[in-house]
Amino acid sequence: MKHRLLFTGKKLIRMVLLLLGVSLAAFLLMSASPLDPLQTNVGQAALGSMSQEQIAKLEDYWGVNDPPVQRYLGWLGDFVRGDMGTSLLYRQPVSRVISQRLQNSLWLMAFAWVLSGVLGLTLGVVAGANRGRLGDKVIRGYCLLISSTPTFWLALVLLMIFAVWLGVLPIGLSVPIGVDAASVTMGDRLYHAILPALTLSITGVANIALHTREKMIDILESDYVLFARARGESKTSIVLRHGLRNVALPAITLQFASISEIFGGSVLVEQVFSYPGLGQAAVTAGLGADLPLLLGITVVSAAIVFGGNLIADLLYGVVDPKIRRGAAKV
Amino acid sequence: MKGFNRRQTALALLLFALALLCAVTVAGVALADQAMVTDFSRKNLAPCGQFLFGTDWMGRDMLSRTLTGLSLSIRIGLLTAAVSAAIALLLGAGSALLGGWADGVISWVIDLVMGIPHILLVMLISLAFGKGFTGVVAGVALSHWTSLARVVRGEVLQLKGAPYILTAQKLGLSRMAVLRRHMLPHLLPQFLTGLVLLFPHAILHEASVTFLGFGLPPEQPAIGVILSESMGYLTTGKWWLAVFPGLALVGVVLLFALLGDQLRRLLDPASVHE
Amino acid sequence: MEPVLEVKDLSISFTQYQGGTRCRVLPVIRRLSLTIEAGQVVAVVGSSGSGKSLLAHGILGILPYNSHMEGELRYRGEPLTPRRAERLRGREIVLVPQGVTYLDPLMKVGPQLRGGRRDVQAKRQSREVLARYGLGPETEERYPFELSGGMARRVLIATAAAQSPRLLIADEPTPGLDARAAGRILGHFQEIAQQGAGVLLITHDLELALTIAQKVAVFYAGETVEEAAAEDFAAGRLRHPYTNALWNALPQNGFTPIPGSQPWPGEEGSGCPFAPRCPRRSAACAGDIPWRIVNGGQVRCLYPEGGEKP
Repeated sequence: MKHRLLFTGKKLIRMVLLLLGVSLAAFLLMSASPLDPLQTNVGQAALGSMSQEQIAKLEDYWGVNDPPVQRYLGWLGDFVRGDMGTSLLYRQPVSRVISQRLQNSLWLMAFAWVLSGVLGLTLGVVAGANRGRLGDKVIRGYCLLISSTPTFWLALVLLMIFAVWLGVLPIGLSVPIGVDAASVTMGDRLYHAILPALTLSITGVANIALHTREKMIDILESDYVLFARARGESKTSIVLRHGLRNVALPAITLQFASISEIFGGSVLVEQVFSYPGLGQAAVTAGLGADLPLLLGITVVSAAIVFGGNLIADLLYGVVDPKIRRGAAKV
Repeated sequence: MKGFNRRQTALALLLFALALLCAVTVAGVALADQAMVTDFSRKNLAPCGQFLFGTDWMGRDMLSRTLTGLSLSIRIGLLTAAVSAAIALLLGAGSALLGGWADGVISWVIDLVMGIPHILLVMLISLAFGKGFTGVVAGVALSHWTSLARVVRGEVLQLKGAPYILTAQKLGLSRMAVLRRHMLPHLLPQFLTGLVLLFPHAILHEASVTFLGFGLPPEQPAIGVILSESMGYLTTGKWWLAVFPGLALVGVVLLFALLGDQLRRLLDPASVHE
Repeated sequence: MEPVLEVKDLSISFTQYQGGTRCRVLPVIRRLSLTIEAGQVVAVVGSSGSGKSLLAHGILGILPYNSHMEGELRYRGEPLTPRRAERLRGREIVLVPQGVTYLDPLMKVGPQLRGGRRDVQAKRQSREVLARYGLGPETEERYPFELSGGMARRVLIATAAAQSPRLLIADEPTPGLDARAAGRILGHFQEIAQQGAGVLLITHDLELALTIAQKVAVFYAGETVEEAAAEDFAAGRLRHPYTNALWNALPQNGFTPIPGSQPWPGEEGSGCPFAPRCPRRSAACAGDIPWRIVNGGQVRCLYPEGGEKP
């Protein structure tokens, strides 16, 4: 137990250091940008008609004049105290914008994460167990096709089919237009999340299925499966008893590693469906040079990814008997 | 054995994919001027015999635009994948050979880069380089090296401890000779396959980031730009603006994936039994 | 009584790629013949890389998909078709593999031993069979990585003995064990043979094989070169030059090494594969060598010792 705690503690410290690195890297990249936030947000023409004082005031607002080191340390100090700064575009605290947007995105991402995980695992196991046969070829072909398809284009195609041609699903947004926020029902939310969630799930399946298939093939070529065959176990029994058991560990890694991909996909999908989630906010913040917001989103998304890795590591310790029993003995 | 064996088929497929990709690249360069020609007398035409992919709201030929865009995608893909692979080789091999704190730092940087969702990272780097061509090339090149670097590191570490390498060193072979005669032949197939498999990712991310507005400028007929523009015309039923350029992009990416697959089949020593 | 297993002219080959796109068929086992009677331990002895394990896989019908098998297999008088092998394996025909990697690393010993059955009777049976091999009931709760080398071998034998087999095939069951532990493991095989099963012991260790085998088939570069009774060895009644060399290479018999090395699969030319290393070879050794009876044993040699002189 002590061993596990030590392990977890080490991982946590590493995670904090990585997050610090991420924030610094993101900050440096943003402040290295030659794009002038005033030009992007106020516009050349408007700037031309302003007085010097007005421009100076705006420059102050967009934080153009402070040296980067001072700005980063200031940001970091505030961040530790729970203040992520104020979004320049939304004119609200970054933490509030992020928590609002995250609530919308979490729906999408959690749904896609679970669906693509379950579906991907199943397809991968089926394909691996039937290597070289028709089922395997179809599944592999599907996965190759999907992983070669840009997520945003898939979103566009689904939008065209279901929203424009068939007209059965809404074109975008997370709630009906012109409806009071209070009167939005659960049904409305679900209805508007179907297409984005579907797109994300479809793209997520491919990677997980392909990797699971590889693992399954490795397992079926192992000594212990050979011995199971020699002992007269049927193919089905081998897949169910040995295949699933041994594919579980790599599946955990795959599933949690896919969080980063799902997040990346959600940026594109939310943009196409104008779904007001975290991904769309990231794009808006990036295009509008809203440094505090983009920085906040980057750090939060990295924290989610690292958190996923941490959970995967901890789960490994529970599932893998070598670690579980090994730790008990230490 | 009748007809072709698997490896001959693989070689044929590889050459086929290569030829097709070259053809698209050349055609795109040749059609670059035609892709910009506007003619309002033929705007918004659905696909027909003369304009296979239709025309857009400015009467531009979508086939020329698509080919030009694909050509651009392929060239950017080649450039960024090559730079990415070079970084991966350098850092992966360096990490394994130097060991100690250098290994620790490089592994930490790999973890860090992998921690930021890909699209977000490409966006950030592109912003740092002022978007446009430089931005998107830097963004894709600087963000795609991590997995390959890990593979290279693992391979080199394994090679470093392999008995035959240790023996070669004991026998007095110089470091360079060991590297060239015993490590490179082992590493090269892995690396080449990794490099080719980077192309699809590079191309897809370039298109995605351009689509979001962080990549190539709107006046350039890039696939991301074309698809982003088509968004405004979808609700009015101009499906061809999005369908054909997208399909063509999928085709190109599939060709690259096919290329990588066949290359692996030919180079992987473990595939002798297939 | 009919022999438990008869193998006649068995060949196993692989399809393999070589240098780019050329494809070739690689023979690994050629013209192998062997007979096992009930209650008998027959050892197949050959150095590593001679394709011995494939013999076991071939009999059980679990060869990899890119392999090809020819020849005749008969089990208790009837042809052993792949279909029949599938029905019999794990029940009448059992395998004892090399080591712990043949156990599912993530499954406890108990369920592996019971092979999917969960009833009370299966549980009792698995405890009994573990006890027979000196393993306590707590072994059932262990994972393979928690077993020592000797324990793992005993668990593997237990999986076989749990079925009351008629034919047991042991594939290199002793490497990595010290002489005493190896002797104990072999003792278990002898016991199973005494209960009426035929035992096929595949090993590279001639000395160990002779401690329990009644008959020894010597394997060289994919071919059986000699089938001799165990007592022929000590009595100096060996026929094939390779068998002789193998016997003389044992520490207590002079430790004389054989010059040269065994050819790799696909490297051997026509005729006798041992010819390049043989002191008795002649030009005729490059031709076809018949399988014939000399002094009560069988040999594939033109000039066997104890036969006519070259």
